[in-house]
Amino acid sequence: MIKGGIIGLGKMGISHAAIVGAHPSVELVAVCDSSSLVMDAFSKYTTAHTYSDYLKMLDQETLDFVIIATPTKYHYQMTKDALERNIHVFCEKPFSLNYNEGKELANLAMKRSLINQVGYHNQFIGTFIELKRLLKNNVIGELVHFNGEAYGPVVIKEKGSTWRSKSEEGGGCTMDYASHVVNLIQDIISPPQKINGTLLKSIYSKGVDDAVYSLLTLQNNLSGTLLVNWSDETYRKMSTSLTVYGKKGKIICDATEIKIYLKDADKKQNLEKGWTIKYITDFAIPVNFYLRGEEYSAQIDYFIENIINNRAGALNTFQKALQTDEVMEMIMNNAQQN
Amino acid sequence: MERILFGDNQFFAVNHVSDEKSRAQAIKFKDDSAILKTLNIARDTGMNTFMCTTHDRIANITKVIRENPEKYYDYKIYPCMPYAHKYANAVTDFGIAGALKEYVPGNFLGSLFKGGVAYLNKDYMSIMELLVDAEMKMFKGINTPVIFLQNVITDMLLGLGMIDVLVAFQKYVEKKYNAEAGFITMNLPMLLDKLEAKGIQNPIICASINSIGFRMSGGVELYEHTLNTRQLRAIAMQVLGGGAINPKEAFNYVCKLPNVVSILFGASSKGHIEQSVEYIKQFDSSKLKFA
Repeated sequence: MIKGGIIGLGKMGISHAAIVGAHPSVELVAVCDSSSLVMDAFSKYTTAHTYSDYLKMLDQETLDFVIIATPTKYHYQMTKDALERNIHVFCEKPFSLNYNEGKELANLAMKRSLINQVGYHNQFIGTFIELKRLLKNNVIGELVHFNGEAYGPVVIKEKGSTWRSKSEEGGGCTMDYASHVVNLIQDIISPPQKINGTLLKSIYSKGVDDAVYSLLTLQNNLSGTLLVNWSDETYRKMSTSLTVYGKKGKIICDATEIKIYLKDADKKQNLEKGWTIKYITDFAIPVNFYLRGEEYSAQIDYFIENIINNRAGALNTFQKALQTDEVMEMIMNNAQQN
Repeated sequence: MERILFGDNQFFAVNHVSDEKSRAQAIKFKDDSAILKTLNIARDTGMNTFMCTTHDRIANITKVIRENPEKYYDYKIYPCMPYAHKYANAVTDFGIAGALKEYVPGNFLGSLFKGGVAYLNKDYMSIMELLVDAEMKMFKGINTPVIFLQNVITDMLLGLGMIDVLVAFQKYVEKKYNAEAGFITMNLPMLLDKLEAKGIQNPIICASINSIGFRMSGGVELYEHTLNTRQLRAIAMQVLGGGAINPKEAFNYVCKLPNVVSILFGASSKGHIEQSVEYIKQFDSSKLKFA
């Protein structure tokens, strides 16, 4: 059994705690949060040791790994403190608020050969994995355009201040929501390298953006749009999609289905001329414990397998998340220039 | 429990295999009258139990049922709580304590004595009871013989090892609402193990059960083995694998399984509702013939 700890028990931290708790190869030995209401519940109903000071937890427990699920502004120091104690780290997204700090962490993890991963869970959704495979096999020919989109009902009325209303804490739609889409574009199509224009809109929030519309050019020279709005209550929950246009067809993909249109049949891929619709039921990664989506368990399984097998991961490493952070910084800077 | 239970996903834009279809459903069921009309179609086929989330709009439906006691004589609702999305954003914004303050009725820290004291003493079971009461408000005067905990909460508590809270939920709904507790889960075998270890026998567990293993943690074989060898009252949901399985094949599979007491499904159109009911009746009667 390997031993794990969690810092920050908000929505994501508690979800991770349940997934880790149900994992047959892991013992959740310690949790840390500033809320005594939450910590007392853990000490009353679970076997995990509870802490309000994460450094105490890191020093007093013998941890193989730690999951950091605190607001983004704390990621840097907490991750650094864990890595310096030779503890493997899974950190929630976005990775860091500052490129240089993120770079330092990625280097530190590499230098110490520690497993490092960031919680961009969409990469563990079967439909997006299938989209990546189809594009790799050149199914729609030379690419001509893409749209990366996400909509959802996070901020749907004007309300008081929380960490989400502070841009310096990574609270806006661009950092929190659009980062998922940028990360998918980066991994599935090609990393963005140039921002051609950006509109940031505050709809209900004060001080941060609720929507971002941006024109991107990728390293493979493909250009396209990023369209993200978290103040859209016509969506029941976050809905993320990628549409990719090629000379031989187009593919529309979200977390539940993948729709492929081909001008001509592709016999090798067994795809007909015209529309082919496939569902997540064909592509979901099987998991031993399910909470809110296979992808949340699959990403933790992947992290834990890498620790057990002492194998550096290829998906969602600090280095890759840093690349996403860099693009987010470029988008924010571009918006300010306008 | 009745053999066939009518579900509510289609009314609230929940579709597990198509975001696009879910948005189309949101448009179709914009008005409560469209929901009532579909419930009546289901009743005409003999489905007299509606299993639904404690979504705000259900309050409008229960109001109509209360106001028409003769028409809805013997109609049953199985509430499934909570409607988690409303809490989820509040937890991210304000933390757990802040979210509780938002959603527990009355002024949590002030005027509501039970709530205030429970919060300060960290009396988690009393907080749980208050939340159950808040969710049950809209069902006043309605026959609710089984009250369910939604899978996101059941499975979260299961993963955290907080099985005592599940046991307390069962005891509370028995005592306060004279109802049986049901647990919705995506992890049926694991949940059954943990509930039995705490002394809960023959529990009501609602889970995805389909031939393709969709949302069945541990896989089809483990589920079949559990249903074949253990004692529980299973309710099969997601029988159609979100639409990926041919309906005839899907219902044939689930009708044959032991310990599946009820089948839960939801549909929007009269044709789909009637056809599904017809399949279940057909496969049930052929099972009797061969028994």
